[in-house]
Amino acid sequence: MGETKRCPGCTGKDPFLEELCKKYEPIKDNLIQMLNEVQEHYGYVPTKAQQALSDYLKVPMAEIYGVITFYSRFTLKPKGKYNVAVCLGTACFVKGSQKIMDRLKERLKIEAGETTKDGKFSIEETRCVGACGLAPVFTVNGEVYGKATVQKLDQVLDELGEKE
Amino acid sequence: MKTLEEINKIREEKRKELDLRVNTKADTREKHILVCHGTGCTSSKSPKILENFRKIIEEKKIENVRVIMTGCFGLCAKGPIVIIRPEDTFYSNVTPDDCEEIIQTHIIEGKTVDRLLCKDIDGKIVNSLDELNFYKKQKRIALKNCGVINPECIDEYIAFDGYKALEKVLKSMTPDEVIDILNKSGLRGRGGAGFPTGKKWSFTKGYQADQKYVVCNADEGDPGAFMDRSILEGDPHSVLESMIIAGYTIGASKGYIYVRAEYPIAVKRFQKAIDQAREYGILGKNIFDSGFDFDVEVRLGAGAFVCGEETALLESIEGKRGQPRVKPPFPAECGLWGKPTLINNVETYANITRIILEGADWYSSIGTETSKGTKVFALGGNVNNIGLVEVPMGTTLREIVFDIGGGIPNNRSFKAAQTGGPSGGCIPSEHLDTPIDYESLKQIGSMMGSGGLIVMDDTKCMPSLAKFYLDFTVSESCGKCTPCRIGTKRMHEILEKICNGQGTLEDLDKLEKLAVNIQRGSVCGLGQSAPNPVISTLKYFRDEFVEHVVDKNCRTLECKALSKIVINKEKCKGCGLCQKNCPVNAIEGAAREIRYINQDKCIKCGTCLTKCPFHAIGN
Ligand SMILES: Cc1cc2nc3c(=O)[nH]c(=O)nc-3n(C[C@H](O)[C@H](O)[C@H](O)COP(=O)(O)O)c2cc1C
Ligand code: SF4
Ligand code: SF4
Ligand code: SF4
Ligand code: FES
Ligand code: FES
Repeated sequence: MGETKRCPGCTGKDPFLEELCKKYEPIKDNLIQMLNEVQEHYGYVPTKAQQALSDYLKVPMAEIYGVITFYSRFTLKPKGKYNVAVCLGTACFVKGSQKIMDRLKERLKIEAGETTKDGKFSIEETRCVGACGLAPVFTVNGEVYGKATVQKLDQVLDELGEKE
Repeated sequence: MKTLEEINKIREEKRKELDLRVNTKADTREKHILVCHGTGCTSSKSPKILENFRKIIEEKKIENVRVIMTGCFGLCAKGPIVIIRPEDTFYSNVTPDDCEEIIQTHIIEGKTVDRLLCKDIDGKIVNSLDELNFYKKQKRIALKNCGVINPECIDEYIAFDGYKALEKVLKSMTPDEVIDILNKSGLRGRGGAGFPTGKKWSFTKGYQADQKYVVCNADEGDPGAFMDRSILEGDPHSVLESMIIAGYTIGASKGYIYVRAEYPIAVKRFQKAIDQAREYGILGKNIFDSGFDFDVEVRLGAGAFVCGEETALLESIEGKRGQPRVKPPFPAECGLWGKPTLINNVETYANITRIILEGADWYSSIGTETSKGTKVFALGGNVNNIGLVEVPMGTTLREIVFDIGGGIPNNRSFKAAQTGGPSGGCIPSEHLDTPIDYESLKQIGSMMGSGGLIVMDDTKCMPSLAKFYLDFTVSESCGKCTPCRIGTKRMHEILEKICNGQGTLEDLDKLEKLAVNIQRGSVCGLGQSAPNPVISTLKYFRDEFVEHVVDKNCRTLECKALSKIVINKEKCKGCGLCQKNCPVNAIEGAAREIRYINQDKCIKCGTCLTKCPFHAIGN
């Protein structure tokens, strides 16, 4: 196995990808596991990582792209410095989270899944972050804001320096 | 590596040490401060609370007090929760700043911190968990250890009969005897469909192959549900133990648990459980000297609802897009990498160790004729006690919503409950007294599902709710079958029209026809059940749909194009409070005079409704 465990796409270029390839056997089954680590590390799946995985696992680029677009956790574009995610799970929806999402889009002038031009903010739609007791919730870079209101969102955006 | 004797010794010693967790009269000078580390409480800073407690205890050199993290206590709405044992004092909405006072007043002075005690719905202050109405009608089997033990410590699991069922099975039972107990217990799958578990194990055992697999379905894609996640967070070993028992029974040496990467705490705790079990020799070769080998690996999902469907899940474990396979063949015959595979849900597994230890008769004495045991629900929405509840099958919806859930907040009234998530249906108030089991829920147009239970009050618009669910299925359909891919889109478009005031009566018929086509023409359960939320809302709330399309009126504030807020001239006293609070200055009229709303400006935010002291504003 020692021979084949080299990653031709990235050796010597990107220490993270190199380590990643060392950690997993070069079999196709590992694609989603590896993509999860890539997503975690970069906050999205960059082309160079797709290429590296394609070379390493011997899976065509088109198939990798197909897998990335199938799963909602994987994204192809970098997220903003502040990634604001509004929970649209049922428990939050029933408590009015759609209004918070609408307000967020209105203020940042982008849609869910997009990043502002200056790279500062991005919007994500999530489905239940497991804090339904605090519904409705939104998160900023993973930090949870519970019992949210439009006013609270406005306040948080103001603090993060979003100018209307 | 630990021998069986060593494990039994750990059990005996630990059990004594931890008696105070379950016995308020425990003979001990120790105190345990339990801090909830479920996802809910963790997101409201419970790790900081734990850290503060430990710091203070160290600084003040207090002896005989331990601070322990646990899984979800159930009453997440009151989180973060701290419980002190053995006296079982229940503190709610604790903040990191409260730690100092709790240590000083409770631990050092021996008095309770009254301001942090929990108030029940009836206003009564409760001292302990058991006094809360929330817990009175519950019966905890799958959640037995949640909130009692530290989920990251295998010894604590062992203390409460952990790995005793595995010992019993490996040392004294044949695979057929295990299947026999499961059959007699009446246990049915908790992942939604309710297939008898013993039968499934027996089928999978029946196929011969050089390799078989055991899989745990922990995808839990129903948005707004967190039962399975909470079990993995609060008691991961109970699921692991049952997976090993399953491996022995069906003849598999390898197991996988499929969890979403989006549930990081569950993933971490389960991985830790695997590591600890390996260290003790409970996973690996020749378990308990029985000659049986078994190991388990975690596989991460990446957020696709359809991957909860068992064959899509298998595709995903194999590293592919999660598109369902055509059944038959069923996974029991041809599953992971073409080998016989047993797939069960997290909660299903969590019941099994108890059944083995307490017997089939005990288990089947709980529940209804066709549905035995208990069911865990994630109770959410417009209900006071949002949280995790486990009730015997046959409990009525009214008991769950009103006795356990504490009823509807803000003096509103109950409108409907939704079970089964995007595959389920809405249950109106006339069916509140239905005893919940697999069959009765189906009869009234819903389904058990995996356990999401969302309560809605009278401010919720039913066509909008149907649209919400369809929006979800449209984005989650894998696209393989045309009726599911295109049909759900059509339904969503029609619902959008209805909510915008452009719908017609014919549209309602069209929805019903489309529903039948999608149900018939879809390969997997996602498409087959996608129309359920629409069918059930149409069935029970048809007049509301008719109002939308004929009267162009939405009785709630949810359909902006159709709702109208007006001030009742007879009731208005001209106090002007509404005017002051309207964010868009839509309320006009001079001081001390009757006000009126400029409909062109009003954005239907609802603020004025709640501000008028004379209830003069309505919709
Ligand atoms: C669209 C769809 C989503 C599903 N999601 C889940 C899920 O999240 N968790 C689960 O255990 N079962 C889910 N199921 C049911 C599984 O296909 C399967 O029946 C179940 O895991 C079997 O385990 P059980 O017999 O223990 O219930 C889903 C089914 C469908 C059609
Ligand atoms: S019914 Fe829908 S989700 Fe299921 S296989 Fe067909 S297209 Fe995919
Ligand atoms: S609903 Fe909101 S916008 Fe409309 S009048 Fe009342 S406060 Fe103003
Ligand atoms: S708050 Fe009520 S009573 Fe006062 S002006 Fe407004 S509508 Fe009239
Ligand atoms: S639905 Fe939003 S946190 Fe669960
Ligand atoms: S997460 Fe703490 S009580 Fe549920």
